[in-house]
Amino acid sequence: MSDNYEPSSAIGKWFDKRLPLLTLFAGHVLPYPTPKNLNYWWTFGGILTFCLIAQIVTGLVLAMHYVADADQAFNSVEHIMRDVNFGWMLRYIHANGASMMFMAVYIHMARSLFYGSYKEPRELIWIIGVFIFLLMIATAFMGYVLPWGQMSFWAATVITNLFSAIPFVGESITNWLWGGYAVGSPLLTRFFTLHYLMPFLIFALVILHVWALHVPGNNNPEGIDVVQGSQDTVPFHPHYVVKDMFALVVFLVIFAGFIFFVPNLLGHTDNYIPANPLQTPEHIVPEWYFLPFYAILRSVPDKLGGVILMVSSIAILAFLPWLDTSKVRSAKYRPLYKQFFWLFIADVILLGYLGSQTADGLFLLIARIATAYYFIHFLVLMPLLGFVEKTKPLPKSISEPVLSKEEREGQATQST
Amino acid sequence: MSEDTSVTRRNFLYITTGSFAAAGSAALAWPFVDQMNPDASVKALASTEVDLTPILPGQSITILWRGKPVFIRRRTPEEITEASKVKLDELPDPEGDEDRVQNPEWLIMVGICTHLGCIPLGQKGEYNGWFCPCHGSHYDTSGRIRKGPAPKNLEIPQYVFLDENTVKIG
Repeated sequence: MSDNYEPSSAIGKWFDKRLPLLTLFAGHVLPYPTPKNLNYWWTFGGILTFCLIAQIVTGLVLAMHYVADADQAFNSVEHIMRDVNFGWMLRYIHANGASMMFMAVYIHMARSLFYGSYKEPRELIWIIGVFIFLLMIATAFMGYVLPWGQMSFWAATVITNLFSAIPFVGESITNWLWGGYAVGSPLLTRFFTLHYLMPFLIFALVILHVWALHVPGNNNPEGIDVVQGSQDTVPFHPHYVVKDMFALVVFLVIFAGFIFFVPNLLGHTDNYIPANPLQTPEHIVPEWYFLPFYAILRSVPDKLGGVILMVSSIAILAFLPWLDTSKVRSAKYRPLYKQFFWLFIADVILLGYLGSQTADGLFLLIARIATAYYFIHFLVLMPLLGFVEKTKPLPKSISEPVLSKEEREGQATQST
Repeated sequence: MSEDTSVTRRNFLYITTGSFAAAGSAALAWPFVDQMNPDASVKALASTEVDLTPILPGQSITILWRGKPVFIRRRTPEEITEASKVKLDELPDPEGDEDRVQNPEWLIMVGICTHLGCIPLGQKGEYNGWFCPCHGSHYDTSGRIRKGPAPKNLEIPQYVFLDENTVKIG
């Protein structure tokens, strides 16, 4: 481990004595003890790190060609698409990259929900993660405004108008955000600045996220603590480096499929129409990754109430470690929670579908039921399950469930 | 390699995986480098047509071509004689006047000093040609370097006379 790490080369020794970067790297990457039973759902942390770096790098080169001005933004994006060498590819990587990153983050979060990774002692990892998710939402939204097409413009209008729901100061706040009396150039310029800044804040939080993770170590599919000094762990390198790489390659195949074959599948055609402050598109919907929250917003017939409920739907995640009263982490050993977990996933997907439809009639009624269930899951079911659920017996170690009967008995006699 | 260390499947896998990763990374890195090269909109402006009718002998104009100044000078007969009688061995960058013009009356060259990129002033300097105020390079009536730190003659761009009074640069 890191305590007795010694660089092999003379330069390495010289350097490490003055700045122990190599020790840090060795301690957290190379032989870092990792539970040996992590499945492919655990590869999304690495995939997300890759996505973040890809977004930063492509964003950096796009910013070399983009002009953040209401009169020129749309044309500068078209200039990137038509004139700049490989500009079309860089932009498609960046635009689809946002979708891919949300796809990965939702899987990453669902993994935590299923295996109870947010529970003691990993509450802070989870809470930092919720903040990363919030920053991702803000970054993605502001990035979507930058091309200054019809969807960009009206998304900016609708979302900034959410703040006008705040009593008394709402109007002053929106005017402050806009730098004017409507969405226009001042807003675009500040959104560009913030869109450039936020990925670096996310990166800083990712470092804290991993740092906090490396204190207790990884959770695992069994949801039990690693037995110290046992054979429950393997070194991170090469075992999980190779596993993460393989998952990343599969992920990149899908990513490339989007970029090269259906680059506009997840976008809206209306965003190829330049922003027009005098006309709202007929059917305005956010990007797919915001749809569930959009459905929650629309299901409330009150302006302020809708905003509060939408914000709460994300904020409530931060309180999950205390809303969940069960001592057992993994859903593998929680027969009731396991069913409610899938019901919750289905509910979120249903909300996403409803968010893409017009908000009236039957759709609105179902959206209200689905919204209610979303909150019931966190506020009623999660606290209640810990008391009423009869959990399955937990294995003594990560190795135990895969050992044969004789080996298990052998282990039992050894331990007595 | 000694005899008992034969090539194993693992060696093969390491090398093929490594090669694929390296080739893939290089292919992916290229667009990120190439995006900074002149783009299609810049290349589209690579040639400029100039109407020569208003220029009288002894006058010159400066036009912008690819973002650079280009001098177009209608030379006087004296300037042409002065330029053509210079012996090649007197020149730091030997080049005959006839090699620098298509029509001796029209001298067309990029107006950027070959030293460090400033724009020389016309009809100045010891040789009555161009003089660069930045570091004191003197060019003659053919735009050839005669004195000072510049290493080369002023560059001649590609051009064609489309008709008597029109020239296309680039």
